[in-house]
Amino acid sequence: MDAFTTHTGRAVPLRRSNVDTDQIIPASYLKRVTRSGFEDGLFAAWRSDPDFVLNQPQYAGVSILLAGPDFGTGSSREHAVWALQNYGFRTVISPRFADIFRGNALKGGLLPVQLDEAIVEALMAAVEADPSLEVTVDLDLKEVRAGDVVTPFEIDDYTRWRLMEGLDDIGLTLRHADEVTEFESRRPSWKPRTLVG
Amino acid sequence: MGRTLDDHTPRTLAQKVWDDHVVRRTEGEPDLLYIDLHLIHEVTSPQAFDGLRLAGRPVRRTDLTIATEDHNVPTVDIDQPIADPVSRTQVDTLRRNCAEFGVRLHSMGDASQGIVHVIGPQLGLTQPGVTVVCGDSHTSTHGAFGALAFGIGTSEVEHVLATQTLPLVRPKTMAITVEGPLPLGVTAKDLVLAIIARIGTGGGQGYIIEYRGEAVRQLSMEGRMTVCNMSIEAGARAGMIAPDETTFAYLKGRPSAPSDADWDEAVAYWRTLQTDDDAVFDKEVVIDAAELAPFVTWGTNPGQGVPLSANVPFPTDFAEPSDRTAAERALVYMDLTAGTPMTDIAVDTVFIGSCTNGRIEDLRVVADVWRDRKVADNVRVLVVPGSVMVRLQAEAEGLDKIFTAAGAEWRQAGCSMCLGMNPDTLSPGERSASTSNRNFEGRQGPGGRTHLVSPGVAAATAVTGKLTAPSTLS
Ligand code: SF4
Repeated sequence: MDAFTTHTGRAVPLRRSNVDTDQIIPASYLKRVTRSGFEDGLFAAWRSDPDFVLNQPQYAGVSILLAGPDFGTGSSREHAVWALQNYGFRTVISPRFADIFRGNALKGGLLPVQLDEAIVEALMAAVEADPSLEVTVDLDLKEVRAGDVVTPFEIDDYTRWRLMEGLDDIGLTLRHADEVTEFESRRPSWKPRTLVG
Repeated sequence: MGRTLDDHTPRTLAQKVWDDHVVRRTEGEPDLLYIDLHLIHEVTSPQAFDGLRLAGRPVRRTDLTIATEDHNVPTVDIDQPIADPVSRTQVDTLRRNCAEFGVRLHSMGDASQGIVHVIGPQLGLTQPGVTVVCGDSHTSTHGAFGALAFGIGTSEVEHVLATQTLPLVRPKTMAITVEGPLPLGVTAKDLVLAIIARIGTGGGQGYIIEYRGEAVRQLSMEGRMTVCNMSIEAGARAGMIAPDETTFAYLKGRPSAPSDADWDEAVAYWRTLQTDDDAVFDKEVVIDAAELAPFVTWGTNPGQGVPLSANVPFPTDFAEPSDRTAAERALVYMDLTAGTPMTDIAVDTVFIGSCTNGRIEDLRVVADVWRDRKVADNVRVLVVPGSVMVRLQAEAEGLDKIFTAAGAEWRQAGCSMCLGMNPDTLSPGERSASTSNRNFEGRQGPGGRTHLVSPGVAAATAVTGKLTAPSTLS
């Protein structure tokens, strides 16, 4: 995973709530067996509308997504995170994220930033007024900066450290392999097994 | 471990199961949780196996891992190669990965193949007090047994394959208590749709829900699975129901359930998996079962539901601006006019199946409605069993004869039109009554419009061509 410390880029406002992962990437785009190439499927149904916000020229090359509440609900497909990243997004800002989406995003280094609805609204309005506005998401200082707006966001220290170091979760867990083995020695023998013998 | 022996703080069911699986707990870090059962399917696993290969890591516990083909599989001509080359690649990739890493796989045509959340319980692998994960958000289904079960992303699939653990922050707990018995004609599906409409699609975010109360206790295991299945539709990663005699009776004798002395030991442990009387939930919701009725959705998220006897709501009925905008968008997408009686809505397709309502009990309900009735001429009706075992059981009971005599199509097992990754899809503008769990825009096919319903309502709707409660059929 690439480390995330601070990111500055232009943002696009997606004025919708409850953006489920079926909208982020429809099922028909999930058939690849790689982690790349999912950008074509990103918001595929909506992008077929020429007026959809991502199709507007002033938002070409954006890397920050501003969205309404309950972003990433529904299916657990991590393809939603890959599609956003493959398209060029580094961070998503929303008043509320679905749990599984947030977890997936954090694994892949796509930073989900949760801010109050009023602040997200202010950011959307600022970007709509000036699409060239640069927005900075600073994980080191835990704040978002855009024009005159400077607003802190919350993230737990452990997750922040892991993202800033770009650490692989599996590698971290395997440092405790002995504890896993010890735990296994205490599991009851009647627990279910998928293989017999 | 999560707690010391002399710590007698009252705990909820979720806390007990969680504590029993903590491998490592350190201040300032997520708990490292042991996973008892890992279910795999073809869509969310290829990149995870790839990751293992790249890092040269084996699957740590193949004996706690099981795979099935479900999301992509066709439901006709399953003895032929899959026609869609991309679906075929995905299924072939799963077969290669399982062979290479030594994972048990139930392929198309195999007697134990089926939707991942149908086969776990029916094999007896899903048991009270176990932790279950799968790269699929409806893993919450398994919570019906008092298991702690939740969906994970592909990176987490790789993590579990490599380590049999997951680092997780313990969610908060929410009790949803349904007081009194369900009224006649009200099913588990109606109950859960009503719950989601009440608490909203984000209401359960950050929580594990425990469903309690008389109405929940009275549900069969199938009904409990339907309820827990849709926990994720309320935003909760997991939903649980404490195990009881209904649970034990369902499990006894299943292929992977404990037997003999092990059974007694297991049951003794399972009986401890109750929320302590004075345990405190972070949030409590109480629902009066007497107020429930058959429930259906009108919009494009599972929280947009109303009683079948009600009308399509007006956007101005919603207090929150974001709900109002969502309702406006949904009405346009669904091509509905506010104020229309729900029972006036005509459908083109009825889909009966999925991990929500593709079990034998669901099919029996449908057969009861269709005995001596025919489905309407202009309605396409698909009945897709959740697994091969469900299919065989239905055929042993003669249900398939009733389905085909009524004019419905009786298919092979799989996810099918629940998400339309296989050829079973809605065409643009087509409208369905569906026993599945998601009415998102385009979920059943681009431009398709979905109304979520119970199996009974689906069957009655197939007969009249309009959303219909079975009790109103002549
Ligand atoms: S039936 Fe539908 S919801 Fe269930 S696992 Fe399959 S695609 Fe997912």
